[in-house]
Amino acid sequence: MTDMSDAVIDHGHAVHDHHGPAKGLMRWVLTTNHKDIGTLYLWFSFCAFLLGGSMAMVIRAELFQPGLQIVQPEFFNQMTTMHGLIMVFGAVMPAFVGLANWMIPLMIGAPDMALPRMNNFSFWLLPAAFGLLVSTLFMEGGGPNFGWTFYAPLSTTYAPESVTFFIFAIHLMGISSIMGAINVIATVLNLRAPGMTLMKMPLFVWTWLITAFLLIAVMPVLAGVVTMMLMDIHFGTSFFSAAGGGDPVLFQHVFWFFGHPEVYIMILPAFGAISAIIPAFSRKPLFGYTSMVYATGAIAFLSFLVWSHHMFTVGIPLTGELFFMYATMLIAVPTGVKVFNWVSTMWQGSLTFEAPMLFAVAFVILFTIGGFSGLMLAIAPADFQYHDTYFVVAHFHYVLVPGAIFGIFASAYYWLPKWTGHMYDETLARLHFWLSFVGMNLAFFPMHFLGLAGMPRRIPDYNLMFANFNLVSSIGAFLFGATQLLFLFIVIKCIRGGRPAPAKPWDGAEGLEWSVPSPAPYHTFQVPPEVK
Amino acid sequence: MTSTTRLVTRLLLLVAVMFGFGFALVPLYDVMCQAFGINGKTAGQYQGTQQVDDSRTVRVQFLATNAEGMAWTFEPLQAEVRVHPGASHEVRFVARNPTDRPMTAQAVPSVAPARAAAWFHKTECFCFTQQVLQPGEQIEMPVRFIVDRDLPRDVHHLTLGYTLFDITGRQPQDG
Repeated sequence: MTDMSDAVIDHGHAVHDHHGPAKGLMRWVLTTNHKDIGTLYLWFSFCAFLLGGSMAMVIRAELFQPGLQIVQPEFFNQMTTMHGLIMVFGAVMPAFVGLANWMIPLMIGAPDMALPRMNNFSFWLLPAAFGLLVSTLFMEGGGPNFGWTFYAPLSTTYAPESVTFFIFAIHLMGISSIMGAINVIATVLNLRAPGMTLMKMPLFVWTWLITAFLLIAVMPVLAGVVTMMLMDIHFGTSFFSAAGGGDPVLFQHVFWFFGHPEVYIMILPAFGAISAIIPAFSRKPLFGYTSMVYATGAIAFLSFLVWSHHMFTVGIPLTGELFFMYATMLIAVPTGVKVFNWVSTMWQGSLTFEAPMLFAVAFVILFTIGGFSGLMLAIAPADFQYHDTYFVVAHFHYVLVPGAIFGIFASAYYWLPKWTGHMYDETLARLHFWLSFVGMNLAFFPMHFLGLAGMPRRIPDYNLMFANFNLVSSIGAFLFGATQLLFLFIVIKCIRGGRPAPAKPWDGAEGLEWSVPSPAPYHTFQVPPEVK
Repeated sequence: MTSTTRLVTRLLLLVAVMFGFGFALVPLYDVMCQAFGINGKTAGQYQGTQQVDDSRTVRVQFLATNAEGMAWTFEPLQAEVRVHPGASHEVRFVARNPTDRPMTAQAVPSVAPARAAAWFHKTECFCFTQQVLQPGEQIEMPVRFIVDRDLPRDVHHLTLGYTLFDITGRQPQDG
């Protein structure tokens, strides 16, 4: 931080020196600026997205036709496991933390996050965590091969030696997420501009506040379950081993107590972003703001009561199956409220379909399809047929790809002008949307049929009868994967130049973030804005 | 203390509580399983006696399974018995260590159908203790049980299964 002295401007009431970013690489290592850290998170997430995506390409290439062509089953299992882990913990979660870092202070009129140094630390734990995780692929015996859900005893008794590195990687990314969540809560609760009451906050801030509480509630449980694994493997305990009085089914209960809220952690921030984008391009205020807030809270609350629907087939009593079945179906009610509100916002609006809106509308439609297949899986007696088939794969990819990932794309296009000061290339962005839309549906829709016909998950080879749908699915996956390089190109092009963006590039957009110039100055809201 | 410090302290406390909660799920799970007979788990030693219900008969079958890597021979002397609910019965399992080293084993019981487990009482069982066998040694191991008078009337048939685990060299631990 040597070249800042020339930029000192005295506002009279500003305590800090007003300066730009430091120069060189150390800017990024030492930064405590929420915009820098947001950028770091977003780039990290995109790298993880490409890495996890290339693993998906290996999986789809192997499944292109029946038989073993490209990889051995052992490596295939490592690919499915690492694809899941990297996409969940490396791509989707950091992308939302990046968006939170960039946008929450701008949306609530705060000068920065409440705990900027911790913010830096929570980002820089991630490269360490994923370095550890990815390094296992090059170890003797290979990387994690037990699926991203790492059920014991597959992940304890029968795990490769590298499982210990996997456990520590999970610990590190858990600590990172918890610190990120604490930071979000502290920022939202303590740094809002005067007049920004809780019920005036943009929904992205609301959904992130609730997500942060979910993270704080369940990431420690995940840390607990991997700690139990560590103790079983190295210290002779028997949490998950029946020989010493433990029970492998216990693993599934503890894991899914974390795992089900985790799926809402990956979708709630997208709900918030979509709730900003749809009103902006419908030129109408969001329909049912209050019900959106309560619906998000209800979804978060219910997410703690439904974990056993992931394990209907382990043998739980009939009353248990019924309870978890009805509780799961109940989640469709607040989710339905949200979908209803989004559609009502669009109703009779003056709609235009720029790239953020295209992704947002596709989000509403395709996420709802994923929600419906989720309802089918929630039916306990039917789940016995669908369990561990490609139907499950189709379901969660429909909620995560056009859900979480389209939500992130929509957010990226919506706020790119604010981040870079340039408009992105609208033609290319629409091309990115349409190729992603077609590719994603080609890849994942046939998986419903494959699953209903009985194709199991996590296998490198399959019966000849599944060949055609797998072929279509692989072609769609390749299309979707290749299209993401176009996204990279669009973003780089937008950073390097383009039509200058005004402070508020979308005429229907609402919120404090549009009151600062584009690109957003390095320091914003050092004087809190007045919120009416 | 600023309001941020206070808030962060509380949130960190919540993190610690939830980490503890993850571990609290372990005993909680065992208690729930035993209270509701979930998962075919049977309770510990049963102390009571019951009046015999001569009006019905329940078939009880016995299974003996070795966990992976367990070298002992292990089987019930009788494949099945027919019992009246409330009456106490004894059956024997026989185990033999064919290896040339002393070994310790632990049997883990399970009842099917799982929902009947709550009505299956063991008054004496070799699964309550660890078994140590010298090379070539053979042992007959008793189990005494009572099928509860209140066993749901639609259950006519129970299976008591044991899985035998090799725990030689393992510290006795609570899991």
